[in-house]
Amino acid sequence: MATLALDGIKKSFGPVQILHDISIDLKDGEFLVLVGPSGCGKSTLMNIIAGLEEPSGGALHLNGRDITPLGPADRNIAMVFQSYALYPNMTVAKNIEFPLEMHRIDRSVRAERVAKVAKLLQIEHLLERKPRQLSGGQRQRVAIGRALAREPQLYLFDEPLSNLDAQLRLDMRTEIKKLHQRLKSTIVYVTHDQIEAMTLATRIAVMKGGVLQQLGTPYEVYNRPANTFVASFMGSPRMNLLQARVSGSGGALELSFTKGDRAHAGFVLPAAAAAPLQPYTGREVIAGIRAEAVSIARKGETLGANQRTLAARVEVIEPTGADTLVVLDVAGQEFTARLDPDVDLVPGAMMDFQIDLSKLVCFDSQTEILLS
Amino acid sequence: MADTRDKGLVAGRIFLYLVLIFLALLFLLPMYVMLANSFKPLEEIRNGQLMALPIDWTTAPWRSAWSTAQIGVQATGLRPYFINSFLLVIPAVAISTMFGALNGYILTQFQFRGANLLFALMLFSVFIPFQIVLIPMAKTLGTLGLAGTVKGLVLVNSVYGIGFTTLFFRNYYAAFPVELIRSARMDGARFFAVLFRILLPSSSPIIIVTVIWQFTNIWNEFLFGASFSDFSSFPLTVALNNLVSSSTGVKEYNVHFAGAFIAAIPTLIVYVASGKYFVRGLMAGSVKG
Ligand SMILES: Nc1ncnc2c1ncn2[C@@H]1O[C@H](COP(=O)(O)OP(=O)(O)OP(=O)(O)O)[C@@H](O)[C@H]1O
Ligand SMILES: [Mg+2]
Repeated sequence: MATLALDGIKKSFGPVQILHDISIDLKDGEFLVLVGPSGCGKSTLMNIIAGLEEPSGGALHLNGRDITPLGPADRNIAMVFQSYALYPNMTVAKNIEFPLEMHRIDRSVRAERVAKVAKLLQIEHLLERKPRQLSGGQRQRVAIGRALAREPQLYLFDEPLSNLDAQLRLDMRTEIKKLHQRLKSTIVYVTHDQIEAMTLATRIAVMKGGVLQQLGTPYEVYNRPANTFVASFMGSPRMNLLQARVSGSGGALELSFTKGDRAHAGFVLPAAAAAPLQPYTGREVIAGIRAEAVSIARKGETLGANQRTLAARVEVIEPTGADTLVVLDVAGQEFTARLDPDVDLVPGAMMDFQIDLSKLVCFDSQTEILLS
Repeated sequence: MADTRDKGLVAGRIFLYLVLIFLALLFLLPMYVMLANSFKPLEEIRNGQLMALPIDWTTAPWRSAWSTAQIGVQATGLRPYFINSFLLVIPAVAISTMFGALNGYILTQFQFRGANLLFALMLFSVFIPFQIVLIPMAKTLGTLGLAGTVKGLVLVNSVYGIGFTTLFFRNYYAAFPVELIRSARMDGARFFAVLFRILLPSSSPIIIVTVIWQFTNIWNEFLFGASFSDFSSFPLTVALNNLVSSSTGVKEYNVHFAGAFIAAIPTLIVYVASGKYFVRGLMAGSVKG
């Protein structure tokens, strides 16, 4: 178990810079999830942490020790690969034992560790099989077992669940979370699946084009995204981003979404939400509202301090079972709402919706950075 | 409609089999001629019945070719040269295969400067005709004190084979899953551990291909053998040539046939025996879970 400090990591392949100044500090026992679109440099960063690739600049410290000049064999880091990377010529037991053997650990200790890990992951009955005689989920377990048996200071997972089918993926996700809670190990984990990121992480690092966009807890990344990229990348359906205009009338600020010659849509902002928008009076901003902040307005209901109503036209209704996604037209802009599964809506109908603004976020329309 | 198409298919099949059987017989014909005539007394061959089976079966030509025929100055038969060829082929195949694996590993798993140029140069060695290296090689062997010895031939054939074996292993390892190597390196495996514990145990198909290739080439190699060996170190090919072309006395064709067959037996065995493993190795690699 250890702390990990990435200090201004840079990486270029020839003239192309792939990673720009990545700095991340991990406390002991943290579960960091790296997310970002394909090609943003997640695997490259993992390989640099692992020692499989040399950084072009910056330094890495594992538990205070500078590991930048060390090779992968000397770093005390274990990695679980997307393809599992089980050695095809060795049995499951030999696979788990291999790193211990390479580190010259006593035979008796080795046998003990293999047995312990096999019990923990419930693969005792598979120990004498070859990898090709295992299912995908079993292979994944063995790969995790091999990493655990080493008792390293840091675990790296590069999309470990992406080759599994949907159900198994959920099960393994829960298992990895349990494992982390039990072992309290420090983990860096790469995934494409943002639900996986939200459920597993103690902190999420969102990357784009080799630049760290935001580093924060799942709550922060979801509710206070640092910019519009993070806002639309995290969460499904993605956060609604609306062009809006801030206008002042007396002390209160009004946010209006009207585009072209559509009927007026907008509302007066509650004091808390208005504060960061003061300097933007009379200007355009981007307003971010999550789909679940919307519900159908009921006649005669009194609105809370953070609630407003907004008129919109129903365009498309998509029931998903647990809830129903409804695509609305708010004064010419598309807006997705997550509503009760048993709402009774008609496409084309114009109606009033109730919006909870306690989690409203606004972004500068030029820089797309969060206003706070 | 379907009926006529089926009939067409069956007819096609029969035709295909006939062609294949005909071709197989054609390729087997020389072997039949060799075997049949090696069991005949010389008179039967002289009568001109080359295609006929022996009337009066005899193993004398085989015994003569193996242990008493005149080769060079002494009447030793092919036996000592058969042994020479084994003393040559076993170390030469082992050495060239080992270096091929090592080179393939280095060329694919370490992205060092000039790796591709180096490989191109090694590939070039595959296309160098034997004749060009004869004189420099003779000088080298002389300097090393290996001229006219089996050891010298081992060196020549090993060096000459490394171009081929490197090509085989490099192409095989270029398609080897990168994550396996990376995983092994993270697990603490260093240079030779990766080669011996991870790469080589998964290399049986290419090892078998390389061994078949090197074995048949070195076993059948004549020019180096004729150029760099003397009476004590002739490989079998050179001895066979001496047997067939010795100008003294009558031409004992039956002995020549038997001798040629003896020279061919090891390569035949290698093909038949390892061909099976070759197919098995390929199958094991292709069956995925
Ligand atoms: N050896 C290399 N030489 C040149 N460019 C490379 C090399 N390895 C990776 N790249 C480039 O670096 C960028 C980042 O690659 P990386 O594999 O880290 O992306 P990733 O975020 O893991 O993507 P994915 O989600 O698809 O796995 C890509 O544009 C890729 O083309
Ligand atoms: Mg990747």
